[in-house]
Amino acid sequence: MIEIKDLHATVEDKEILKGLSLNIGPGEVHAIMGPNGAGKSTLGNVLAGREAYEVTGGSATLDGTDLLDLDPEERAHAGLFLAFQYPVEIPGVSNLEFLKASVDAVRKAQGKPDLDSVQFLKLAREKCKAVNLDVSFLKRGVNEGFSGGEKKRNELMQMMLLEPKLCILDETDSGLDIDALQVVAEGVNAMRDENRSFIVVTHYQRLLDYIVPDYVHVLANGRIVKSGGKELALELEEKGYGWLEKEEQESGAE
Amino acid sequence: MSDFLAEQLSLATKQTGPEWLSELRDAGQRSFSDAQLPTRKTEAWKYTSLYNLSNAGVANAAPAAQGHAPVIPGLNGLRLVVCNGIPDVCSSDPEAMELVVRFTDADAEQQQAILAQLGKTLADKGNLFSDLNTAALTDGYFLNVAKNHILRKPLHIIYCTTPVTESGDEKFTVNTRLLVNLQSGSSATVIEHFSGEGEQNNFTNAVSEICVGDNAELTHYRLQLMSEGAYHISNCHIDLQRDARYSGFHLALGTALTRNDIVVNHNVGGSHCELNGVYVPQNKQLVDFHTNIEHKVANCTTEEVFRGIMNDSSKAVFNGRIHIHPQAQKTLAELSNKNLLLTNKAEINTKPELEIYADDVKCAHGATVAQLEEKATFYLQSRGISKEEAEVMLSFGFINELLDALDDEAIGAWLRPQLAQRFGRDDALTTHIGGDL
Repeated sequence: MIEIKDLHATVEDKEILKGLSLNIGPGEVHAIMGPNGAGKSTLGNVLAGREAYEVTGGSATLDGTDLLDLDPEERAHAGLFLAFQYPVEIPGVSNLEFLKASVDAVRKAQGKPDLDSVQFLKLAREKCKAVNLDVSFLKRGVNEGFSGGEKKRNELMQMMLLEPKLCILDETDSGLDIDALQVVAEGVNAMRDENRSFIVVTHYQRLLDYIVPDYVHVLANGRIVKSGGKELALELEEKGYGWLEKEEQESGAE
Repeated sequence: MSDFLAEQLSLATKQTGPEWLSELRDAGQRSFSDAQLPTRKTEAWKYTSLYNLSNAGVANAAPAAQGHAPVIPGLNGLRLVVCNGIPDVCSSDPEAMELVVRFTDADAEQQQAILAQLGKTLADKGNLFSDLNTAALTDGYFLNVAKNHILRKPLHIIYCTTPVTESGDEKFTVNTRLLVNLQSGSSATVIEHFSGEGEQNNFTNAVSEICVGDNAELTHYRLQLMSEGAYHISNCHIDLQRDARYSGFHLALGTALTRNDIVVNHNVGGSHCELNGVYVPQNKQLVDFHTNIEHKVANCTTEEVFRGIMNDSSKAVFNGRIHIHPQAQKTLAELSNKNLLLTNKAEINTKPELEIYADDVKCAHGATVAQLEEKATFYLQSRGISKEEAEVMLSFGFINELLDALDDEAIGAWLRPQLAQRFGRDDALTTHIGGDL
C-alpha cells in the first residue's frame, strides 16, 4: 500500500525527518507514537504535500505512485487523506459547498460518476448522522465556531465521504473528551476494511484502546526507533519515551 | 474654474426645474461655482484622480429613455425605476409611484416637507459633488414614512442609465436625488440600486439624504452594479435621531471611477449604526469609500465592517473616519476593514481614522491587507480541490460572510452568483459557490 523509504524533510531549513522508513500493507492500522517534536505531525504534512515542508531525500509511494511528485489535491485523488490536528475555520464557505466541491473533485479524478445535488445531500446527511453531528452543521461555515470535538467529527465525515485508501489521523484524539473520542473511534473502526489502511498519530495510548492497531511505531528524533505490536503502546504508557531515546543514542554512538 | 466644472455648471444651469426649488438650486450653483477641482494634493482625493472623469466629455443632458431594469428574484419589493433620471412608469409598480413623491409632482404640503429637510443633512459635510447635485436640482424623490408606520415591503429604487442611440456611445450626466424621512417609530427597507448594462461611460452623481427619526428603523441597501466604464460619485448622508437604528449594506462592484462618501450623524443619543460594505473592483477599476461617522452625543453605537477584494490592476481606497466629539461619552464604536489583493498589481489604500475627544468611550479599529491564507488553501487542496478552485472559494467566502448577514435572503441569493463570477471567470471554478446547492 504505502512505502516510505529513508524520508528526509525540513521545515524552515530545520531537518525534522531524518531517514524515516515505513511500510504499510492494505487493511493495516499503524500507530505512530512519540514525544513532542519528534516529527509526528511533520510526517502527515509531508505526505499530504504541504508546501512549507520540503522533502530533501527519500521516497514515498502509494500503490506504486510516487506521492512526492504530486500536488496536494492529486494526492487526495490518489486516495490519501489527512485528518488535521487543527482543522482550519473558513467563514463564508459553507461546509456543504466545501464537501460537494471536494467529493466532486475526487470522484471526477477517480473516474466515478458525478453525484447530483440530491444524491449528495442525502449522502452528506447520512454521514452527518454517522458521526453524530447535527445536519445544521452542513449549512455553517467550514469548521466555523465548531468545538474541538465537532471539528474532529467533521474531519471524520469528510473521510467517510471521500473513502480514501490511506487515512492519516494526526492527533485526532487531542482535545477530545471521552465521549467524542468514542464517536471518532467508532467511525474509524466502521471504515476499517481489508483495502483501507490507517496511520494513527497520537501521544496517548488511550486512543489505541478504541482503535486497536496492528503495529505500533515510536518516532523519535525524525526516525522510527522502535516497532512492535499493540503491546508496545502499553509499555510506552508505562515507561515513557526516555529509555528509547537513550537506546537510540547509544546505538547511534556505536 | 476647470473646464469640467464649468461644463457641469453650465449643464446644471441650463436645466429648469420647479420654482419652489430655485432658492436651493441657486445656492448650490453659487457654491459650486466657487469650487476647485480637487487634485492629488487634496487629502480627501489623494488616491483618487478625477482626471479621467474631467476629460470624459460627459457634460451632456441625458436623453429620455426606457431602461432595462434588473429584477431581484424573490424580493417582493415595490419597484421604482428611474431611467436616465426620469421615472420609467411602465417598469415601476404603481404602489411605489404612489409611495414615493416625485419632487416635480409634489403638492404644497409635500413641498414644505421636502424643503424642511432637503440639503440640511449635507449642510456642513458636503463636497463639490453634492454641491453640483444641488446646483442641478430640478427633480428628485421623497420617501416620507409616517409616524409609527411600518413599511412592509422593501422599496426598491432602480436607477439605470441607458444609451438611446444604436452605437450606444453617447455620454451624459445624470444627477439623482433621494430624500428619505422616517418619522418617529416607523420602519422601512430601502434598496438603492444603481444599474447600467453594456459599455457605457456615463456619469451619475447621486445624493441621498436620509433622516431616521426617534426610535425609527431603516434597513438600507446601496447596490452599485454598473457598467465597467461608468463614472459614479455619490454622497449618502444619514441623520440618526433619538434611539434610531440604521443598518446599511453598501456594495460597489467597481467602475472606471466609483467614489462614495457616506456620512452618519448620531444627533441626539441612543442611536445605533451598523454599516457594512463590500467592494470588488477588477481590471482597471477604481472604488473609493470615504465613510465618516459623527458621534456628536453620548450613548450611541457604531459597528462598521468593510471588506474589499481587488483583482487584476484595480485599485480601492477606504477611508473610515469615526469622530467622537467631546460630549459623546459612553460611545461604543468599532471599525474593521479587511482587504484581499488577488494580484501583484492590485492596490488598496486603507486608512482608519479614529478621532476621539471624549474619555469614557470604547473604540476599536483595524485594517488589514492580506493575500489568501496558505493553511486554508492547503486544507481545501488536501481534500482534492484544485488550487485554482480553492482560491476562488476562499476569496468568495471572504465577502460571503457579509452577504450571509443580510436581512433579506433574496438579495444575498441574487448577489452571490454575480460576485462569485468575479473571482472565477471560468464557470468550472464557480460551480461550488454562490449557489444554494
